[in-house]
Amino acid sequence: MKLFEYEAKQIFAKYGLPTPQGFLAKTAKEAREFASLINAPVAVKSQILVAGRAKSGGILFAETPVEAERATQQLLERKIKGVKVQSVWVEEKIAIKKELYFGITVDRANRCYVAVASAEGGVDIEELAQTAPGKIVKVIINPVYGFRTYHARQIAKKLGYVGNQMTDLASVFLRQYKVAMDTDAELAEMNPLVETANGKFVAADTRLIIDDNALFRHQEFKSRSMEEAELTPQELQAQKNGLAYVKLDGDVGIIGNGAGLVMATLDAVQIFGGRPANFLDVGGGASADMTAVALDIVLSDPDVKVVFINILGGITRCDEVANGILEAQKRVGLTKPMVIRLVGTNEEEGRRILTDAGIHVLDSMEEAAQKTVEIIGSGGE
Amino acid sequence: MGVLVDKSAKAIVQGITGTQGSFHTRLMIEYGTQIVAGMTPGKGGTSVHGVRVYDTVQEAKDASNADASIIFVPAPFAGDAAFEALDAGLKTIVIITEHIPVRDAVQVMYMARKEDAVIIGPNTPGILTVGECKLGIMPAHVFRKGVVGLASRSGTLTYEIAAGLSVRGLGQSTCIGLGGDPIVGLSFIDVLKEFERDEQTKAVALIGEIGGNFEELAAEFIATEGYSKPVVAFVAGRTAPPGKRMGHAGAIIMGSTGTAASKIEAFREAGVLVAEKPSDVAKLLARKLDKKA
Repeated sequence: MKLFEYEAKQIFAKYGLPTPQGFLAKTAKEAREFASLINAPVAVKSQILVAGRAKSGGILFAETPVEAERATQQLLERKIKGVKVQSVWVEEKIAIKKELYFGITVDRANRCYVAVASAEGGVDIEELAQTAPGKIVKVIINPVYGFRTYHARQIAKKLGYVGNQMTDLASVFLRQYKVAMDTDAELAEMNPLVETANGKFVAADTRLIIDDNALFRHQEFKSRSMEEAELTPQELQAQKNGLAYVKLDGDVGIIGNGAGLVMATLDAVQIFGGRPANFLDVGGGASADMTAVALDIVLSDPDVKVVFINILGGITRCDEVANGILEAQKRVGLTKPMVIRLVGTNEEEGRRILTDAGIHVLDSMEEAAQKTVEIIGSGGE
Repeated sequence: MGVLVDKSAKAIVQGITGTQGSFHTRLMIEYGTQIVAGMTPGKGGTSVHGVRVYDTVQEAKDASNADASIIFVPAPFAGDAAFEALDAGLKTIVIITEHIPVRDAVQVMYMARKEDAVIIGPNTPGILTVGECKLGIMPAHVFRKGVVGLASRSGTLTYEIAAGLSVRGLGQSTCIGLGGDPIVGLSFIDVLKEFERDEQTKAVALIGEIGGNFEELAAEFIATEGYSKPVVAFVAGRTAPPGKRMGHAGAIIMGSTGTAASKIEAFREAGVLVAEKPSDVAKLLARKLDKKA
């Protein structure tokens, strides 16, 4: 789960990480009031979850409260990277001497967390890692030792700092690590982490992405995710029901069990010339009820012209899925053509249930993908 | 024969009294797997499908001489369950559970390395050595005994491809689900090494997906180590957009890292044949094995 910049900054501040003084404004008038409170030039930053907002004009600067009001008005009327801006963060503009990067993230190949730093922050760190890997400092974090003071000092030194600045910077790194561990972050970063004109360190921009699988121990985030995240009605319903759903731009609705199989189903539909409208994984051991919910979500997407259900049962039982399809039929009616492929655990029972209800079942995934694309080609009949 | 588990494996089931634990215990026993004990805290003294249940892993191990465990415990407690298995000295641990936090998985993997134990998963369908042992939830009927070693990051896609192989008369030695999470116990390189040593295995199929760089690392390993057995790969997620988690916690393109295109290119450069559709895996393997014969 991605947090907004302002949410991340509020958490960082709780841990004693230096952040610029700032306020969340939902109207231009509020922004003007906050700018006069700050009583100095401000940055007006649109609060959206997609990265790369600066490049897309999502951050404006203002010398006066009136300018801040105007900038906010502009941002609130716009879409940045396809997302409507709902609020802005008005914060004191800082005098930058140097921009650094520091982040804690997951190193999958080494199966641990890793601290990543660079003396050249404020840029896309991945791009930098590819074009100039020598400018990146990495410390792999041993899960038993953890990230300790000496690691933090090592990194500060490698970034070129000595004396008090080295220890100051090290303490910023340590606090950031504490935030990452306490919040179960899969990414906690300061980019840029600014060295100010007077030699202090301030987290000018922050990102915090929480491990979705750890939300059960973070009730504080769970309640928030429903209300504020930038979700479509289908995404929201999927999230509420714990289903993995991703909206895509085609017209073939796809439901399957198992992420790999659903991805391969999307790929197969595309290979046969179709365009997937979504990814929906009902997951392992899907019940009849969950199948009905999944079908309901896909059918409610106006872009979907045909639905392809691809089930290969392992932990999922075909009879449960079949009952779910019938349940959905009762609940919402099957308004769109459907292609069903059903094999695996309890498949005889599943096929019998659907066949008895007059629903035809296929047993080859590729044949079914092809059939789905043919239905689209014939105008959905 | 086969790798990591064979008919001598003696396993306990952690979470045996739950719906999934109990259902799959029956299927594993039917397959011929030696399920020697079960474990659910508070249910000690009961039994499930004739398997005696204990309150702790240590008790279960002491009573049964088990060397492996399969875990069906809900995610918030699964990390703890794995630690308990490691601490009791079990050396092969299959974690079926999905949605385990990364922070817990990182700790488990570190301790497993220290204990010289193998973790399969989390978020895996398990492991199956055909005709000998199934520690997992795969539908057994799709597999046939043979010479193809299969390793995959996905569950159902593995069954899809294994069924395709079986239909074409290409049986399997061992099928391993690495798991769909960002942090898993085995990499493609680990299993390639296992299959290299196994006499039954004559060719390897790797089923990858977007996210991480296990496929790229495997390709590099195959190219630089001069891998002796033919390898065919399939990579799911060509149509996946960046920044979106495609079902598995580990299936996500971060920036430009982890795309299907990058993995496919790495495999091709290493001389690995890449299947376009799941059914092509069998065709390509048949061609490779014919040529070799």
